[in-house]
Amino acid sequence: MVPSDLRYTKDHEWVRVDGDVATVGITEYAASQLGDIVFVELPDAGKALDQFAPFGVVESVKAVSDLFAPLSGAVAEANGALAGSPELVNSEPYEGGWMIRLTLTNPAEVDELLDAAAYDALIAAG
Amino acid sequence: MTETAAALHHTPLEARHEALGARLIDFAGWLMPVQYAGILDEHRAVRERAGLFDLSHMGELFIEGPEAGAALAFALVTDPPALAEGRAHYSMIVGPDGGIIDDLIVYRLAAERFLVVANASNAHVVSDALAERLARFKAVLDDRSMATALIAIQGPRSVEIVRPLTDVDLDALRYYAIADGSVAGIPGLVARTGYTGEDGFEIFVETSRAAELWDALLAAGAADGLAPIGLGARDTLRLEAGMPLYGNELDRSTNPFEANLGRVVKLAKRGDFVGRAALEKVAASGVTRRLVGLVMRGRGIARHGYPIHAGTRATGVVTSGTQSPSLGEAVALGYVATADAEPGTMVEVEIRGQRVPAEVVALPFYRRER
Repeated sequence: MVPSDLRYTKDHEWVRVDGDVATVGITEYAASQLGDIVFVELPDAGKALDQFAPFGVVESVKAVSDLFAPLSGAVAEANGALAGSPELVNSEPYEGGWMIRLTLTNPAEVDELLDAAAYDALIAAG
Repeated sequence: MTETAAALHHTPLEARHEALGARLIDFAGWLMPVQYAGILDEHRAVRERAGLFDLSHMGELFIEGPEAGAALAFALVTDPPALAEGRAHYSMIVGPDGGIIDDLIVYRLAAERFLVVANASNAHVVSDALAERLARFKAVLDDRSMATALIAIQGPRSVEIVRPLTDVDLDALRYYAIADGSVAGIPGLVARTGYTGEDGFEIFVETSRAAELWDALLAAGAADGLAPIGLGARDTLRLEAGMPLYGNELDRSTNPFEANLGRVVKLAKRGDFVGRAALEKVAASGVTRRLVGLVMRGRGIARHGYPIHAGTRATGVVTSGTQSPSLGEAVALGYVATADAEPGTMVEVEIRGQRVPAEVVALPFYRRER
């Protein structure tokens, strides 16, 4: 089971919403499918993102994958720890492996995201 | 039946890979393990201990007959008749225009018997080309690719893992040598070759005995930390060792001199060979681009197909790139204009629209301690 207090995208990002602030990362399933993550490219603070727009890149040894913003907002902070320790995305995808914090411009968009049960069903279906 | 409708080939070790938790992918028409524990762990296992590879997808072509050597000297850029029995060399088969059809290892098994090992993706093309080029010689091609399994054991502990299992004198088996013998009671050919930059062996056996050999090696190596290794780590290992991969660094539009493999081409050998005229011309006139090693000096990983710039000029393209597990830096191979190919030259790799500095370095990136 994936964490029940988070919401999810079909692209395997998770988001933890706290008022008008959202923390974003990729799911354990996504991290394990990518394999050993060796590089994460994140936006600078202040960058405005539309819902489902690409905001960065995660690279495993073999592959490059885009990251998509689950919600619209401005980047308040990017996880600087990932520059030196990208493996946190594999080892702690929901904690130390978080990627950006957003100041939301339209919190109602949360309703368009998957809940834990729906995301579980998505990954179970492969 | 069309090529795309062809069913996947299955290695005799597929059930072993599944039991070991491997992720299997279609590679060159074969269902092959890309990783088990993870590419980084597997990479380190080979550098620090030893790794076991299923290479059953490779093509094994046996050439036999009184003119086997002469036939190969005509078909390939190297001079196989110059090989001593039991020795091997790196070779290539090129088209009449000098473009590389495949890179190969040629083993001389006996005076009139050779083994040519081709990449899986090219096994059919090489087999067909050799059959055609051998036609006017007293030599017979026996394509045993489907009947032959290849298992490699690579890494510093390989010798001590294999030693108690084999009747081959490993101390006498030098790098790029091959011997007839048995491993774990299974008859085969034991070669001291590989594609990792480490010491190790490649063992050719009948497909029907492959699982038995795999099990025996894994059991014998357990105490030494022998780990199964997928194609993902095979790629990072060969890249660190500066070894080209067909389809990335080598292809039909590339000649050996551009790939820094001019030394492999034996223009001094007697007689004609396919590609000679074209390659003599290249050797005389020089090349306009060269394969180089790159180390990224800014943040980012260069990947296959990324453009390379030198100031305002486009100078070339990346052919392979990854984060080097052994060096902890992003490294790449790529072609650049000859003027930019000297080690120490600074260039820029275009990564998602941004130019990131990279330095041309001498290859290999990684060299084992001896």
